[in-house]
Amino acid sequence: MIKIYNLKKNFNDLEVLKGVSEHIRPGEVVSVIGPSGSGKSTFLRCINLLEEVTEGEIYVDEELITAPGVDINLIRQKMGMVFQQFNLFPHLKIIDNITLAPVLLKKMTKEEAKAKALELLARVGLSDKADSYPASLSGGQKQRVAIARALAMNPEIMLFDEPTSALDPEMVGEVLDVIKSLAESGMTMVVVTHEMGFAREVSSRVLFMDQGIIMESGTPAEIFDNPQNERTKLFLSKVL
Amino acid sequence: MEFFATISEQFYKCFIKDDRYKLLLGGIGVTLKVSLVAIVLGIIIGFFIAVCNLSKKKVLRGIGLVYTDVIRGTPSVTQLMLIYFVAFAAVQWDKWIICAIAFGINSGGYVAEVIRAGILSIDKGQTEAGRSLGLNGRQTMTHIILPQAIKNIFPALVNEFIVLIKETAIVGYVGLVDIQKAGDFIKSTTFLAFMPLLATAIIYYVIIKILNIGLKRIEKKLRQSEIR
Repeated sequence: MIKIYNLKKNFNDLEVLKGVSEHIRPGEVVSVIGPSGSGKSTFLRCINLLEEVTEGEIYVDEELITAPGVDINLIRQKMGMVFQQFNLFPHLKIIDNITLAPVLLKKMTKEEAKAKALELLARVGLSDKADSYPASLSGGQKQRVAIARALAMNPEIMLFDEPTSALDPEMVGEVLDVIKSLAESGMTMVVVTHEMGFAREVSSRVLFMDQGIIMESGTPAEIFDNPQNERTKLFLSKVL
Repeated sequence: MEFFATISEQFYKCFIKDDRYKLLLGGIGVTLKVSLVAIVLGIIIGFFIAVCNLSKKKVLRGIGLVYTDVIRGTPSVTQLMLIYFVAFAAVQWDKWIICAIAFGINSGGYVAEVIRAGILSIDKGQTEAGRSLGLNGRQTMTHIILPQAIKNIFPALVNEFIVLIKETAIVGYVGLVDIQKAGDFIKSTTFLAFMPLLATAIIYYVIIKILNIGLKRIEKKLRQSEIR
């Protein structure tokens, strides 16, 4: 589904990704863990080209999206993204936050989009918030809306960039529950996270990133119970 | 008693005699026409210059930079006279239209900076959220960034409109009779300064007061989404 070959990303003189290759298959739930500054978020943001790729190739559904002239807006419609800071549109009601893109991009009529939005809001447990503005929601509620907003485009892949890092501790659970149920429904997902419990429980595969490369990759059991790489061991000893 | 007699006599001389109040009424119409067209023009020009200033293309950024630099670096009276007596010297348009264009060009330079600041005030995450949903740059700008930016810069824009309306008082320099010039005429025909100047001040004040009240209402509406 997503194939990444030798991905490199520099910010001016700083090498953030130093050659990452990875293959994400349909239905996989891949958690990306690692210390701050290891390049996890940059890696995720390169997948939908929110960051310009310095070098390397990314294929989505066999299409080379790093090639010049590719309509990136079309590619992005296949990939939902959820941000650490939610990034809801504060000037729009919750329902309009969700329907904006599908209607604007002519994927659905207004009525279809609205029906879909209400269905998604029910799914994330926020049916009563349709006509509220984001300012009146808690962090956890905002993030659940953000997930619904991304799902409204019927994406094939969902990308999560530290979805619970900006939340108060008591709200982490409600957001993780939504992500978990999404994983169980068979959605392909890449989740950058600091929630080790979540990574272990939900993911089919875990990537440990450090110093701009994928140091180790394996099933949750392999990574958490029997890490091979010294860096992985050191990192896990600090966070577990 | 004598004081009141003088006042009423002055009032009569300045406004009633020879229908002099009509001069002021005409002036109000001119000021409003010039201001309104200039404000609209200023917003349009300002938006395009702001987009130039924020563009990735060096040429566009250069154009934007020179525009705001020149407009803000020279007196508006000079700009008005240059546009009226030089740029539009051969054009047979109504005086007030040329003046409105001059003020629109001037206002655009200031509005551009206000709009630029407004766009920059919106968090980068908003653009990323829009783009990640598959919207293109223009759709993100019109549906996500600008609505929020306009709300943020509204008070600054109102300020600019107020300055602009008062600034139009210099159109007398090219012979257009607005409120200020009408007051001047009355002053020079009656040899009375106090009444016509007071009237001029009051008229400007009332126009701006009304504008302020109207725009405050719009601002309140814009801020609806912030209610928790």
